[in-house]
Parts: sequence; structure tokens; C-alpha cells
Amino acid sequence: MSRTNWFSVQTELSPKAKTVLGILSFVLPILVWSIVSYVPAVWHPLVQITDPGSVSYLQVDMRMPRGPFEDVVKEAEAEGQAPPQGFPANPVYLPAPHEVASALYTAFVTPPPSRDMPWLHESLWHSIQVIFWGFFLSSAIGVPLGVLCGAYAPISRLTEPFVEFFRYLPAPAFGALAVAILGIYDGPKIAIIFIGTFFQQVLIIANTTRKLDGALTEAALTLGAGNLQLLTRVVVPGVLPDLYRDLRILLGWAWTYLIVAELIGTTSGITWFITQQARYQHFENVYAAIIIIGIIGLGTDLVLGMLAKRFFPWDRNGK
Amino acid sequence: MNAEKTLPSYLEQSDAVRERFERLKARPKILEVKGLDKVFETPKGQTVALKDIHFETHRREFLCVVGPSGCGKSTLIRILAGLDAQTGGDVLLEGKPVKGPGRDRGMVFQGYTLFPWLSVKRNVMFGLTVNGMGFQEAERQALQWLALIGLEKFAEAYPHQLSGGMKQRVAIARALANQPRILLMDEPFGALDAQTRAKMQAHLLEIWRKIDITIVFITHDLDEAIYLADRVLVLKAHPGEVQELIEVPVPHPRKMEQFISDEFLATKARLEELIYAYEEKEEGADEDEYDYPDMPRLVEVGDSVD
Repeated sequence: MSRTNWFSVQTELSPKAKTVLGILSFVLPILVWSIVSYVPAVWHPLVQITDPGSVSYLQVDMRMPRGPFEDVVKEAEAEGQAPPQGFPANPVYLPAPHEVASALYTAFVTPPPSRDMPWLHESLWHSIQVIFWGFFLSSAIGVPLGVLCGAYAPISRLTEPFVEFFRYLPAPAFGALAVAILGIYDGPKIAIIFIGTFFQQVLIIANTTRKLDGALTEAALTLGAGNLQLLTRVVVPGVLPDLYRDLRILLGWAWTYLIVAELIGTTSGITWFITQQARYQHFENVYAAIIIIGIIGLGTDLVLGMLAKRFFPWDRNGK
Repeated sequence: MNAEKTLPSYLEQSDAVRERFERLKARPKILEVKGLDKVFETPKGQTVALKDIHFETHRREFLCVVGPSGCGKSTLIRILAGLDAQTGGDVLLEGKPVKGPGRDRGMVFQGYTLFPWLSVKRNVMFGLTVNGMGFQEAERQALQWLALIGLEKFAEAYPHQLSGGMKQRVAIARALANQPRILLMDEPFGALDAQTRAKMQAHLLEIWRKIDITIVFITHDLDEAIYLADRVLVLKAHPGEVQELIEVPVPHPRKMEQFISDEFLATKARLEELIYAYEEKEEGADEDEYDYPDMPRLVEVGDSVD
């Protein structure tokens, strides 16, 4: 194999190089995190107490800044009393990788603190349902409307200027309103995800539809296709692979609205779990929950990407 | 022109060719274009693309349209197809005015316009099914058309799996499947390499011989025009007007060997005269014209490639 020039512009990589770099993109951040966590010389601005010695206000497992700790040790030694013992530690909000890894497992098997509270998997399932309904309702209206906007100029002009305005309004700003209208449970959460997705969706789908090669519609016209047939038999199938790609991207955006949405009304789902764990400073659980969201998001996208190959075997730009 | 001294006039026709043209003109008129005008409104004012175009084609005639770039060839064929509207004049198909696109006029475009999401067979079926034919009958007919173009083996392939020449063959079959009265072709082989183009030309003549179809074919390739056409309509640019309608004196059936026959060369000389003489007159107006500047020598004296 000839030597590859890594930095030639717009050049495809070999499959092997792609895989290796793809794995590295995950390994490198974890490596940085591990170095910060496990090499005591790197950062570690605090001292975690193992033995308070003679100092009455110190407790085992308490963390204090290194400077004051050294002062306390000197003071105790000067007075001839037992100095406190401790080891360098990072702040509690940065748990080590192994702690988060074990939390990923224990968070699922640890029962909730009280019986009426949900298990982690129940919280997650609740979140997934909220996302699903928000995204489904948005797509059920947004995709047809977007396609119509892309296909017919009058519908586009009648819709898009207002949608363009509305998409700048931050979805969470409608939280209080949504609660007033839809109550405190899942209604307002689904509404926030809907608002966050819908307006972008209409514009993106409309743009995608407009990009359909005009020569295809002209060819269909010369073959005798009527107006409605043009829409159903040329425009829709013609843009379908691109619509599907758009929806995958939009689904990712819907996830980013999840946390804000779940804070509205009664906190629920994965957000409830995260806020609970953060309150008790179980940051390894917080990280675990965040990572789970990432895994679900990436996993869904990979599955949808593989399905795309099945659905659209003719699609050349697809991956 | 020196060449004309040794060549016969392009107006000279052998008896067989003359008789053939008489038979052709006795056939009913399929397409009549009367006083066709097309004016584009641009921010800089009006541009006359086509001015007072008159011509007609008879049943089973093969008409080629040639002309310098900017003569409105494509505009003309788009109006015939109904994709653009004329600003004046009439287009009559079998006596009825053309209004908008329709299945009675098939079209093959220069770019590849097969529907990428449909298999080759489904592409050919498209025109049939949108016009209300049942699936099975449409499929049966589509397979026949694919057999005619020799691509029945690719019935289930997607367009992206075909070569450029094969794509255009399918596009021809797709247009013909509707059994249009006339087939409009807008530089259909322009994007193909020379070898494929030659094959496609022979193939098209073969199809044209076998079925009842009138063809209007736009090209900028003069050899292609003479090789294919019964008559060649020569347009001039700025504005697009008919310069001459030439009856090609090359006898049928056409063969590649005729490219060096006297009739062929005489016709070509006449076409070149019409088109290039005109382009020289318009020099500077055409973006393709390019005056080579005095180029400085950048290699050593004596280091010559000649």
C-alpha cells in the first residue's frame, strides 16, 4: 500500500484508517479523562481526608483545597499533635472513569430510594416516550407541510415567513404557557419538544424538497404525469432519502430539548434521575446518565443509518 | 470555398433521394410551427430568443435542428414539449395547438433524467401507469420496449448501475413507451463519449426505422445531424431565426461509411458555411470565441516539441 497523505484535501480514507480514527475519536477523550483522574501530578487540586488526626472539624472522605490542608498539617505538627492524613483528589464533580463505568451498571440495579420512585430504566423509558411523541407529532405535521412548501411556491410563501420568525423563539420560553394549557405532566414536555423541532423541520424539509432536480419533474411532465402524480410519484419518492437523513438529524436536535422539557411541570424521566443524583453529589451517576443518553442517541442514529441502506438501495449520497 | 469546386452542390439529389423526399412530403403533417416567437424578459430588457420560426415535419420524418450556441435550439424544443410557453405564434400537433406538456410528445433530455428510485423496468412503465394503464399490461409493454433497446437483462437494475449510453437508451424507451406522435430529443448524446455516441446514433436510426415515430433532434454536432436527418433546420442566433431548411441528399439507409461520401461532405460544407460564417461575423459576441494572445516562449530555444 502506498503511503497515504493524511492531509490532502477532500480525499477519502481507506476503510481501515476510518475504523482506527473512529475508535481513536472515543479513546482520546477517555485517555485525557483517565490522565486527569489517575495521575496525581495532573491537576488534583484537593486533598481527600483519610484520617482527621487531631483536627476536630475534619472528617473522613472530606475534600479540602491543598493549600489550607498543608497549613493545617503544619499547625498540628507545630503544636505536637497528630496531623491529618489525606491523598490528592479531584473535585467531586469529576469522578474517575472506573467510577462512572461501575455507576453505569449499578445505576440500573440500585433500587430507587423510595417505592413510588421509578427505577433508572423506567425513567429512561419515560424520556424515550416523551421524545417519541414530541418528534412523532412534529413530523406528522411538519414533513407533509415541508414537502408542500417545497413543491408549491404559494404554500411556501404563506407558511415560511411566519415559521422563519417562530423558529427564533426559544422553545423553553413556552414552558409556563404549555403548563397552563396542558397541565403539569407529559403534555407540556411533549409540547416543548414539538415546538423545538417543528419549525426547524418545516424549513429544512422544504429546502430539501426544493433541491429535487427540476429535470426529473420536467421528464415526468413530458410523460403525461398530472399535478398530483407529480407530487406523489416524483417529488416524494425523489426526496425521500434526503428527508430521511434530515429526520435523523432533527431527531438528534429533539434529544437536546429533552432535559429542558422534562424540567417543566413535574420533573420526570432521565432528568429527574440526574437532578436527584446531583442533589446528593452522586456525580458518577450523573455522568452515567448523560452517557446513556449519548449511547441511546448514537445507537438510534446508527440503526436508522443501516435501515436507510435497506430502504433506499438506489441512494448514492447515502451512507 | 475551395471544397465546393470539387464537390457537387448539396442541392443536387439523386433520383432515389428525390423520390424519397416526394414520398415524405406527401405524408400527413405531424408538427407545424407557425410564426413562433419567444421573448425573455430580463432585468436588462427584452431578449428575443426565437423570432418568426416556421417549419413543419411530416409523419416519420427525422428532423435535426442545428445552429450556433445561443440560437435558441433548446428553447425551441422546450416550447414544442410544452415545458415553456411561446410569446407568439402557434405550434400545431396534427392540427391541434400544443398547450403544456403531454404524452403525445415524448422527450429525451441531454442530462440523465431517469428516476433514480425506480428500476429500469419501472422507469419505462412510468408513463404508462400515470396515464392509467394497469400494472401488468404496463409491465408487459415495458419489457417489450426494453427488448427493443436490448436492455431486457437490466430490467431490475437501478439507473445508477447503468452506463451513460444505457441510461439514454432507457430514456428513449421510456419516452417511446407512451407511443407519442413525435419524439423530441435535446442533444441526447451530448454527454456521451465519441464511441458510445456513434453506437447510439446507429441504434436510434434502427429504432426509427422500426416504429412509426417522427423525430425532432437537436444537436450541435453537424456530422450527427447529417447522418441522422432527412432534413436539417439551420437556425441563426441573436435573434434565433430559421436560416435554411436543408434536405440531406445522402441516401438511405444511412451507414457510417457515408461520412466521406460527396453528398455528405457537400452538405457539411454548406452547414459549416452557414454556421461558422455566421459565427465569424458575430465574433466577440460569442463567449466560445477566444482570441489567443501572443504567448511568450517559456522553454529554451532549441527545446522544441515539433
